[in-house]
Amino acid sequence: MESVARSQSTAGVDAAPLKDATLIYRQSRWTRLTHWLWAISLFFMLLSGLQIFNARPQLYIGKESGFAYNNTVFAIGAENTANGPRGYTEIFGKRFDTTGVLGWSGPAGQERSRAFPSWATIPSYYDLGTARVVHFFFAWILTTTLVVWLVASLVNGHLRRDLTPRIDDLRHLPRDIVDHARLKFHHTREYNTLQKMAYGGVMFVLLPLMIITGLAMSPSMNAALPFLNDLLGGRQTARTIHFIVMLLLIVFFIIHMLMIFAAGPINELRSIITGWYRTDPPAHGGKTPEGSA
Amino acid sequence: MARFMISRRKFLTSASLGVSGIMLSGCDAFDSQLGVGDGLRSFLEGANGLTWRAQRLLAGDSLAPEFTEADIRQPQRPNGVTAPDDDVYKGLLANNFADWRLEVSGLVEKPLSLTREQLMNMPSRTQITRHDCVEGWSCIAKWTGTPLSLVLDQAVVKPQARYVIFHCLDTIDRSLAGDIKYYGSIDLIDARHPQTILAYGVNGKPLPVENGAPLRVRVERQIGYKMPKYLHRIELVDGFATIGGGKGGYWEDNGYDWYGGI
Repeated sequence: MESVARSQSTAGVDAAPLKDATLIYRQSRWTRLTHWLWAISLFFMLLSGLQIFNARPQLYIGKESGFAYNNTVFAIGAENTANGPRGYTEIFGKRFDTTGVLGWSGPAGQERSRAFPSWATIPSYYDLGTARVVHFFFAWILTTTLVVWLVASLVNGHLRRDLTPRIDDLRHLPRDIVDHARLKFHHTREYNTLQKMAYGGVMFVLLPLMIITGLAMSPSMNAALPFLNDLLGGRQTARTIHFIVMLLLIVFFIIHMLMIFAAGPINELRSIITGWYRTDPPAHGGKTPEGSA
Repeated sequence: MARFMISRRKFLTSASLGVSGIMLSGCDAFDSQLGVGDGLRSFLEGANGLTWRAQRLLAGDSLAPEFTEADIRQPQRPNGVTAPDDDVYKGLLANNFADWRLEVSGLVEKPLSLTREQLMNMPSRTQITRHDCVEGWSCIAKWTGTPLSLVLDQAVVKPQARYVIFHCLDTIDRSLAGDIKYYGSIDLIDARHPQTILAYGVNGKPLPVENGAPLRVRVERQIGYKMPKYLHRIELVDGFATIGGGKGGYWEDNGYDWYGGI
């Protein structure tokens, strides 16, 4: 489509400047670089994290794990039934059969008892030690990237210009929701209200919470920052929150992908690779294009 | 335009399916790069050194959180070897460890051989702390024991010593060369930390076999695998070259990081 658009725009020399005015430099190099560093590190952190979870596929609420009492809120396991071994997932004591994916999975005839399946973990075989190496390496990359992004976005204005919520955003919210539901997208320089909420939520809520709950699981960090676990409700609650934030990040990723495909993947991909983004041509007939429409 | 959109969408759908297929098989592809000693693995392990330095800087000589009696809600969960099948151990156990000794050797001025009574007659420390297993679970218990620093002072550590090696009585693994007894190590900063104790009691009772009788170490700012059970010898060294696979511990020789603060 791009080549079509380009050839049209360059067909008439006079029309070229006008047409090209819709192509804008939207994403700075810092935004692009940090975006891809996050994409890579979150991929590795997720898959190594699921491997780490497999070592103890239960989540608890509180300071410790209940063995003589029950404070388990989530569990994945396998059990023998009359129909052979079955995998199950238990949420607040309610049990679901998840054979083939959670609890009991593997190639036909080689099924094994494992919480998350082989294809969802790094390494694919059970290896807690290696998963920790991978997880902690990318934890450094992820955290450093977040700090670099924050500093760069403060300096280059990305934060103030693109992410800070304004009164208008609140006013546009209902229409923005309707537009998204209809898959009707406006391509402008600015992020729309839901985009600001989604990106802001990831940068300022989910990723910091992931880092904080991750640190709260470290015995040495508990000595350095003892208030962390008091605030979060104990180490095992911190571990549970860590897991829930992981699920929320996956939800964000799925919506992120759907929106990119719906809004025009080539244009969206180009802007996060090269920075250049094609905006909608100015509207005709007196309709004023709203900034954050 | 509409027709073009459809074909574009089809193209992108198949492209994204292809990409996710590559990513999925990619998980297998990483396997061959992540074995102990592989290039990628060694590179990633570099971050462990960073974690160690950063946490040492942040944690300084701070204490691990201590809890109250009300937080002790269950017996200490045993893990790893819980009933050593070693003849030497079983012989010592049959005699209620009357013949057991804690040897302190290596880079010390005065090698020691301590009975349980001698250890218990030294000043003791009791602390209610949370045990965090590398697998992810936690358990709170009250530990009583002799501060390791007192034992080290009695043996007078030589200046060139850098690490404390814990030699244990339990067989954790078997190899062609014979049984492998559990071993582990910490540096002198953790060894001299006030909460690092040689524990002989848990929750007000003598340490039971499943928790490491007659003596285990508590290193409260690290993960469980750094706290060996069934101790019988402490050796002060300046490096790990002669110990097991050279990485400082049984689990360390099997791909786990030497620093277990996270």
